[in-house]
Amino acid sequence: MSSFGKAFSSSIGKKLVVGITGLFLILFLIVHCFINSLIFLNDGGETFNLGAEFMAGNWPIRAGEIVLFLGLIIHIVQTARLTYENRKARPVKYAAYNGSANSKWYSRSMGLLGTLLLIFLIVHLANFWVVSRFTGIPTHDVNNRENLFAVMVETFQNPWIVLLYVLSMVSLCYHLLHGFASAFQTMGWNHKKYAKLIISVGIWYSIIISVLFAAMPIAIYTGLIN
Amino acid sequence: MNLTLKVWRQKNSKSAGKLVDYQVSDISPDMSFLEMFDVLNEQLINKGEEPIVFDHDCREGICGMCSMFINGRPHGPKQGITTCQLHMRSFKDGDTIVVEPWRAAAFPVIKDLATDRSSFDRIIASGGFISVNTGNAQDANALPIPKRQADAAFEAAACIACGACVATCKNASAMLFVSAKISQLALLPQGQPERYRRVQSMVAQMDAEGFGNCTNTRACEAECPKGISLENIARMNRDYYAAKFASEEEV
Repeated sequence: MSSFGKAFSSSIGKKLVVGITGLFLILFLIVHCFINSLIFLNDGGETFNLGAEFMAGNWPIRAGEIVLFLGLIIHIVQTARLTYENRKARPVKYAAYNGSANSKWYSRSMGLLGTLLLIFLIVHLANFWVVSRFTGIPTHDVNNRENLFAVMVETFQNPWIVLLYVLSMVSLCYHLLHGFASAFQTMGWNHKKYAKLIISVGIWYSIIISVLFAAMPIAIYTGLIN
Repeated sequence: MNLTLKVWRQKNSKSAGKLVDYQVSDISPDMSFLEMFDVLNEQLINKGEEPIVFDHDCREGICGMCSMFINGRPHGPKQGITTCQLHMRSFKDGDTIVVEPWRAAAFPVIKDLATDRSSFDRIIASGGFISVNTGNAQDANALPIPKRQADAAFEAAACIACGACVATCKNASAMLFVSAKISQLALLPQGQPERYRRVQSMVAQMDAEGFGNCTNTRACEAECPKGISLENIARMNRDYYAAKFASEEEV
């Protein structure tokens, strides 16, 4: 096997892939959250639809979408593989295991949180991505742009969907709380000069992103934004 | 103190084990956990039963042999100590205490609470050393080493290879142990010639032994009796990337 082959089949190399794809998804969430937050301008979705049109009609971004899906799939496949190996590393379980004495519950539940996020993603992509890319957005706004905002308003009239989105953002928050700093640790970036900064940026990032995303369905359902 | 113990009994590496209940009475709060086990074993011997096998050696917290998983934590409920340094005053009269061996595929149970930790020895043998020519000892100050660097190497060298990191890790990962053994040499000038060879060989051996993959839960750092820091794992990861992606040293 080549040096790179050996590197990426080692435990550290496999984790590096998880960390890098994780950070890539973290970057994507910033863009996604920024554009979606345009609905908070409460202008009937005009600015948001402009943002959506820019994202859809821009070939580098469309190409980036493919990279994004690849990154997501690699992140999922690689973590599933690591989880399988980790289970094998302890064939006989403890009768008593006090995990909360030494670690945060969400750091031990990344697989569960990730699976919840995957279920959410399937619903979420069916709600919006499939509509905007394939089945077509039925209405246009005052500027004759595809009215993705109208799709959003319609989707979030269903309280169950709103509940799913809000609970999923709680999962996202905890997944990021561990994932953000963990990715840097795996990349070897745990150093007295940077540790505090990375940890606090990670906490703020996780909370801000999740709260903004969770506020969108709530604001639309309650009619604060229309 | 009167206590109920639930202790893992397993005849040998091949048979299946189970938790067995034992009662111990008149235990002094000043006894160490291992001394309490000595009392229990004497009871068992007097009754003509097989005593419980458990690892122990120095009984002063430096050898790394004692290895019990007590009430869901390695070396019991206190931080920064080994099982021999755990006193019965850390428990309450009437408590039920569950005692299990380290659980990892790479640490098979030999009998009862004793596990085979020779996978650690094989990791060390794969590269956890420096090659030097024999002869007279060098002058102690021939190689200048900054104090900060020397301290960091010393902190990593405090690892006693007890395996608590593996035992408590939800993935049974040995990253903290291996990173301490790599760091203690990578931080010193004597460790430089083999630095990038060492990290590759030791990580490869760690993976071959069947330890799990680190998910950075930090449980190992919290449970390590010697307070080995997670910074060592980051240093090992940096060295590993440097070795695999930058150096021409192939292992």
